[in-house]
Amino acid sequence: MNYTERFTPTAIALHWIAAVLILGNLAWGLYMVSLEFSPAKLKYYSWHKWTGVTVFLLAAARLLWRLKHPAPALPAHMPQWESRAAHASHILLYVLFFAGPLTGWLFSSAGGFQTVYLGVLPIPDLLGKDRELADVLKVVHRSTVYALGGLIAVHAAAALKHHFIDRDDVLTRMLPFLKPRPPAPPPTVLPPTP
Amino acid sequence: MKRFALLLAAAAFALPALAAPKKIDASKSYIRFVSKQMNVPVEGKFKTIDGTVDFDPKKPEATKAEFEVDLGSIDMGTTEGETEAKRPLWFNVPQFPKGKFTVSSVKSTGPNKFEAAGALTIKGITQNITTSFTLNDAGSTRTVEGQFTLKRLQFKIGEKQWADTETVADDVLVKYRFVLPL
Repeated sequence: MNYTERFTPTAIALHWIAAVLILGNLAWGLYMVSLEFSPAKLKYYSWHKWTGVTVFLLAAARLLWRLKHPAPALPAHMPQWESRAAHASHILLYVLFFAGPLTGWLFSSAGGFQTVYLGVLPIPDLLGKDRELADVLKVVHRSTVYALGGLIAVHAAAALKHHFIDRDDVLTRMLPFLKPRPPAPPPTVLPPTP
Repeated sequence: MKRFALLLAAAAFALPALAAPKKIDASKSYIRFVSKQMNVPVEGKFKTIDGTVDFDPKKPEATKAEFEVDLGSIDMGTTEGETEAKRPLWFNVPQFPKGKFTVSSVKSTGPNKFEAAGALTIKGITQNITTSFTLNDAGSTRTVEGQFTLKRLQFKIGEKQWADTETVADDVLVKYRFVLPL
């Protein structure tokens, strides 16, 4: 029996919104740093920061939701090392969901640019302007979000492996539209051919 | 004749002592500015400033003062921003390395409060501005502190695509402190 309980619709919605925003903001960040200095670049930095704050808030919302609505159990066929790796990678993903925006915010503060969410809500600076610290935090932020991107790739590859190789419901139970596979029928015994 | 020469010599010594222009102590003085980028205040400063002030609070109308800012010494916290600020569209530092403010009149507006008017020259453009400042004499130093709002577009600071005030506002708050020997 491969059938497992699905994630709640709220968890599914939050997961995919976060996925789009995180991957989008990673790509956007890479694109904006490659640009020549221009008014557009300043705008793009602001948008990147706003999206980062949103990612942080979504991660907090997901964590709270998850505490009240535990994730369905992993399929029983998984060896222990695999379930452990899955749990560890999920914990690390959450750490990075928070670390990405946090390091970006600190980097921005050290660079002397306060983050004003959506242009209206100023987020206090924890750090003052400090050029050397900003240079360090730039590397820290970049490494953090690269690690996040890398781990998301592993996460997605694992989900596809579950779907196409293990043929279990690990992917479908997080998909909004696909129905979980029906329970596997009992193996049929073919009548001996004459 | 001898007495007259003595008197002349005394006068020559005494006069500069009475109204000696004084140099600002650059290490304790500053010129900072706050611009708004995407509605977010961003502070910067100029590291190299100079000034000569001849000011008597009892006779403010006789004030003579001149300040110079090395525009290439701009400090914005990021190298990318500083490189951009020195380029032709902003300060055009290679062509206009210095900003200058020449005080033309000072009047008292209250106890230890004054208002100065003068000519500010940046990027080859001169505009008349006024600024209010406070005076604080303590020990052997005199501290002058004040601010004014500069309209950057009047000086063509930020041309072409940078003239867009939605990304960088036209108003720039300039805050200064000058420390002088008493």
